[in-house]
Amino acid sequence: MSTGGAEGPDPAEYQLRLFIAGTSPRSQRTIENLRRICRQHLADRHNLVIVDIYQQPELAEADQVVAAPTLLKLTPEPLRRIIGDLSDEARVLRGLGIFPPLGGGDDPRI
Amino acid sequence: MTSERTTASLPKARTGIDGFDDVTFGGLPAGRPSLVCGSAGCGKTLFATTFLVNGATLFDEPGVFMSFEERAEDLAANVASLGYDLNGLVETGKIAVDHVKVERSEIEETGEYDLEGLFIRLGYAVDTIKAKRVVLDTIETLFAGLSDAAVLRSELRRLFAWLKDRGLTAIITGERGEGQLTRQGLEEYVSDCVVLLDNRVEDQITTRRLRIVKYRGSAHGTNEYPFLIDEQGISVLPVTAADLSYDVSNEVVSTGVESLDAMFGPGGLFQGASVLISGSAGTGKTTISSHTIDAACTRGERCMSFVFEESGEQICRNARSVGLDLHRHVDTGLLRFEAARPSLYGLEMHLARMHRDIEQFRPSVVVIDPISALRGPEVELQATLLRMVDMLKARGITAVFTSLRTDGAFGQSGDLGLSSLMDVWIKLQDIEANGERSRTLYVIKARGMSHSNQVREFQMSSAGLKLVDAYIGPAGVLTGTARIVQEAQEEAAALRRRQDSERRKRDVVRRRLSIERQIAELRASLETAEEEETLLLDEDVARETLLSSERTDIARRRSAAE
Repeated sequence: MSTGGAEGPDPAEYQLRLFIAGTSPRSQRTIENLRRICRQHLADRHNLVIVDIYQQPELAEADQVVAAPTLLKLTPEPLRRIIGDLSDEARVLRGLGIFPPLGGGDDPRI
Repeated sequence: MTSERTTASLPKARTGIDGFDDVTFGGLPAGRPSLVCGSAGCGKTLFATTFLVNGATLFDEPGVFMSFEERAEDLAANVASLGYDLNGLVETGKIAVDHVKVERSEIEETGEYDLEGLFIRLGYAVDTIKAKRVVLDTIETLFAGLSDAAVLRSELRRLFAWLKDRGLTAIITGERGEGQLTRQGLEEYVSDCVVLLDNRVEDQITTRRLRIVKYRGSAHGTNEYPFLIDEQGISVLPVTAADLSYDVSNEVVSTGVESLDAMFGPGGLFQGASVLISGSAGTGKTTISSHTIDAACTRGERCMSFVFEESGEQICRNARSVGLDLHRHVDTGLLRFEAARPSLYGLEMHLARMHRDIEQFRPSVVVIDPISALRGPEVELQATLLRMVDMLKARGITAVFTSLRTDGAFGQSGDLGLSSLMDVWIKLQDIEANGERSRTLYVIKARGMSHSNQVREFQMSSAGLKLVDAYIGPAGVLTGTARIVQEAQEEAAALRRRQDSERRKRDVVRRRLSIERQIAELRASLETAEEEETLLLDEDVARETLLSSERTDIARRRSAAE
């Protein structure tokens, strides 16, 4: 569909691809969750592509998508698939290989 | 009638798997998912692939193979051994293969999700090639990759409903679980048709079996059917037909041994008869069956020989010693040998293999040599043989079974319970006497025809088989040299008798002559006596005449003196 941040001159450290199934409330919620996490933890270090698998089904096969939504972390290695609506932030961060700063009080639930 | 009605009410998609479509009266339920389950290595994937490949090549129904375990390349390589060109079919758009990889270590679950990705992939593949068939092999792998079983279950339920809505004929494979058919109880969701594959090892021999656990809305065979996987694909053997309604033939075929044919009233065997030739080692069972083969092939009929103890080459060579050239029949394609060690497969497998070979070759004569080589639990053995005979009879094939008996007795154990199944039973027996062994043959039974009740001695030579009437007399049955000696003795006695009677005849003639001579002599002396008598009488008359004349003279003289 469209791209998120990635304004930095050098290639972004985090290449992310989010697969959603249409514009369901769950898809909306997932995008919001991801945007917020990226803003807080990966400010300028990521490049996000959002794919609607209804629109581009061939990409689902190419990237081995089974569940929806699926967030694919292509870089840095290792490859990770983070499935679900990304509401469990701690697990999302673990999946992305980011560990929140100790005693980090800046990520309360919204 | 019923099957027609069933077919009408429930459309079926043929699998093209030999026998399976017969057992299910037409195939899998069309437009619905079916579950094929079984333990590891029992042939689920192969079954499913065959279903797809046959759909694409035989029935013009493209198919999607969604593999959760094997990669597309591996899959193609695996089924290449069956002669399926999966890659070629993929290229021509007949089959689409999608490998769904779910790697637990890569996955982090962070909230609600569903399996829409899977649906879309499947839907996309189906639309791309306009598929009518779908295989999901083995979808339960998802349970290993994803932890939310509740979501998976509801999604699978949705998936099966989706398949049904789209009218796709699907096979879902499942690994056999503890106490249930599949690990995750998929049979609860797939309710239309469940096929269970099984691979059992008994006495170190594996037999594959297939059973239709349920088939909603359709009649189906309920037995466990053996099936076979080899280089020619999968074949299921539908076993015994329940009834014994085969067509019978009144045509008579030769056994190949002229003098043996003569022992049967019509001058041979009925076409389609099952013939048992039993005898101990070296009595000539194979030689007789070789004659039958030769006769059939010479008539231009196809002939198939299943041999369990020798190779086809060996039988050809041995047959040459009795003047038969079986090799030329092999060359013309009329004769086919199928040699296999009895222990190579289980009984069921042998039967399945024979069934398939017979279906392909369509012989009119089948020889099984020897049937006694097949070993197994007695009950199973008998059932297998029964079905074998049944199968051959149903096709009107003349079958010759040879059976080795380890002793010369009439024992029950020797005939494998076969005798009652057989139409004709020819028994060969060695008779040992006078330090030699000779072969004898008799027909114990021949259904529906009169047959000789005599024991014949049979001789094998380079000119072929020949039956000789054995000597049966007050001293018993004599064969071999004893028969020859006895025959010589009888001949001598006959000669003696002949000579005696001639001598007696000569005596009579001689006596008659001498009597006649005596009669002649007597008659001669009678004549002499008669002559003498006449002579004497004449003298008497002459004397009387003289006396009277003298008296007259005297009287005259006396009167003259007076």
